[in-house]
Amino acid sequence: MNDFSAPHIPGTPPRRSATFDEFAIAEIQRAAATGIYDIRGGGAKRKLPHFDDLLFLGASVSRYPLEGYRERCGTDVVLGTRFASKPIHLKIPITIAGMSFGALSGNAKEALGRGATEVGTSTTTGDGGMTPEERGHSQTLVYQYLPSRYGMNLTDLRRADAIEVVIGQGAKPGGGGMLLGQKISPRVAAMRNLPEGIDQRSACRHPDWTGPDDLEIKILELRELTNWEKPIYIKVGASRPYYDVALAIKAGADVVVLDGMQGGTAATQEVFIEHVGLPILAAIRPAVQALQDLGWHRKIQLIVSGGIRNGADVAKALALGADAVAIGTAALIALGDNAPEWEPEYQKLGTTAGAYDDWHEGRDPAGITTQDPVLAARLDPVKAGRRLANYLSVLTLEAQAIARACGKSHLHNLEPEDLVALTIEAAAMAQVPLAGTSWIPGKQATGF
Amino acid sequence: MSVALKLPPRDGVTFDLATDSLRSLNSTLAALAPETNQTAWQILNPRGQHAVAVGVTVPVAITIAGHVGYYCAGMNDGAAITIAGNAGPGVAENMMSGTVHVKGDASQAAGATAHGGMLIIDGNASARCGISMKGIDIIVQGSVGHMSAFMAQSGNLVILGDAGEALGDSLYEARIFVRGKVASLGADCEEKPMNEADRTILAALLDKAGIVADAGAFKLFGSARTLYHFHVDNAGAY
Repeated sequence: MNDFSAPHIPGTPPRRSATFDEFAIAEIQRAAATGIYDIRGGGAKRKLPHFDDLLFLGASVSRYPLEGYRERCGTDVVLGTRFASKPIHLKIPITIAGMSFGALSGNAKEALGRGATEVGTSTTTGDGGMTPEERGHSQTLVYQYLPSRYGMNLTDLRRADAIEVVIGQGAKPGGGGMLLGQKISPRVAAMRNLPEGIDQRSACRHPDWTGPDDLEIKILELRELTNWEKPIYIKVGASRPYYDVALAIKAGADVVVLDGMQGGTAATQEVFIEHVGLPILAAIRPAVQALQDLGWHRKIQLIVSGGIRNGADVAKALALGADAVAIGTAALIALGDNAPEWEPEYQKLGTTAGAYDDWHEGRDPAGITTQDPVLAARLDPVKAGRRLANYLSVLTLEAQAIARACGKSHLHNLEPEDLVALTIEAAAMAQVPLAGTSWIPGKQATGF
Repeated sequence: MSVALKLPPRDGVTFDLATDSLRSLNSTLAALAPETNQTAWQILNPRGQHAVAVGVTVPVAITIAGHVGYYCAGMNDGAAITIAGNAGPGVAENMMSGTVHVKGDASQAAGATAHGGMLIIDGNASARCGISMKGIDIIVQGSVGHMSAFMAQSGNLVILGDAGEALGDSLYEARIFVRGKVASLGADCEEKPMNEADRTILAALLDKAGIVADAGAFKLFGSARTLYHFHVDNAGAY
């Protein structure tokens, strides 16, 4: 006879399901209570194969390094050398990704321009047009050409330094957007020609072209409108990078921007962010392969983005074949997003510093992803711009330190042969050998 | 529809795209000073070329003698451009000001995203006429295709003929006047009562376009504004 109440029988501890984990259960409960999906900002938060899964080999007997403080390691990049009569020349291969005035406060946009300009790189407009402050504080400004065409006008098009035709972004390839009414301030509404305070929807396809053949004609128009002076970028979310890059080349791009699923968005469904698209690690080599197959690698420039955090990430992206990287989320963090000093206010919003992602609600304690004038005033654009410039300098110095250790006199001299992978998955995606072997999954091992 | 390709008087500057390049045409137009006295331009033999007379920012009169391809008069900002023929997709796309007059038919996305000015189409316009329009006035003497005025934000779309399916889908504050039949309305588009102020607006638009028509014979369509704030009960409309 069993006596389950007897004290000598061990109790079974509560066991949580790996499938129905804490987040999954909470999301089911939230969905059942509200009937609506969860929307948030940022990029994919789940653990994904990433640059952390790669290592540089560094120099030794078979390679020799460059002296860290004496021998030059170049960092500049020229973008738009294919057709544009005025390509842009940046001092560092780290650019600021497109983020809109509307999603971000005016002070935040100004700070991005200030920081980028201080270190000689570019910043980018977003869905909502170009503000005078942004143009004024950005020495090199890329003007996004989006499906909504909010704020699009000829004057701004002609005073931009480059034009980025946005097909998609890594957080939501194939998706449109929505800027909730809380952020449609009088100024944002006026720029977008919308009533104040309503939810603003952005289409997922361009209104006047469909497919790569049409895109080629659209690019012809943009070039005619701007006297064939400005580099034309095509930005795609990472999904089918080989074919998308090949078609971008065919359509006449000067520069291709490839954004992985870790790249941030202002507001998209959680399920979309986490389940659509590719991590950037898996997308770079197919994109580079398309450029190489068509004879355009290093002639049409490739900018990659999505989860760039430090100089090692920059160096790894360039070693895999990119010409430059773009940062968005990291730039916002450098400005002050998710800073610990606002922890009490993050707590009031039901979150914590480092996890805040309800950028669409416009209640950002740091004053960055908001149109609330009181909150926005918290961000000093001069100081925030300085923080961004510091961060960009550190990224550059870190990438140079790695490149010199690999014996490279320019960041663009980094190559896949400088890398190995820590996991089979990363080896397959990045097409570099598994560490300690000569084996690249899918290819015959060659021996050492 | 058939189009009479009557050439305008040769009393201005003439560009012949059979021999002159598109680049030469557009760069010449872009270089015009606001006070130019070269105010009458003729473009011969467009032969369906794309991006003809785009980005003109001075108040000159341009007549294009023939059919054009994509994006003719794109981003026009002040010129009066007449197309004596048919126009391909995206005619007068993102126009800021001025007038564009298509004597024939227009393909898809006529007047797309345009902020201002007036687009007159004597014939029919294909699908998505006035898509995402942001303040332009579009007058179509014939009929328009499906999804016209999709996500139209502001301005007026006047259709003297019929409208295809899903007219005004996801509409914001643009007005749509239709004299003929409407195949179906898109999400959040509804017929509105037409008051005297609306009739005055319509009559002024018709007068400005040089069209004689009874403003009282039109119906007015606008946004029901149920999609202005996302609500789960409207999820089926998205």
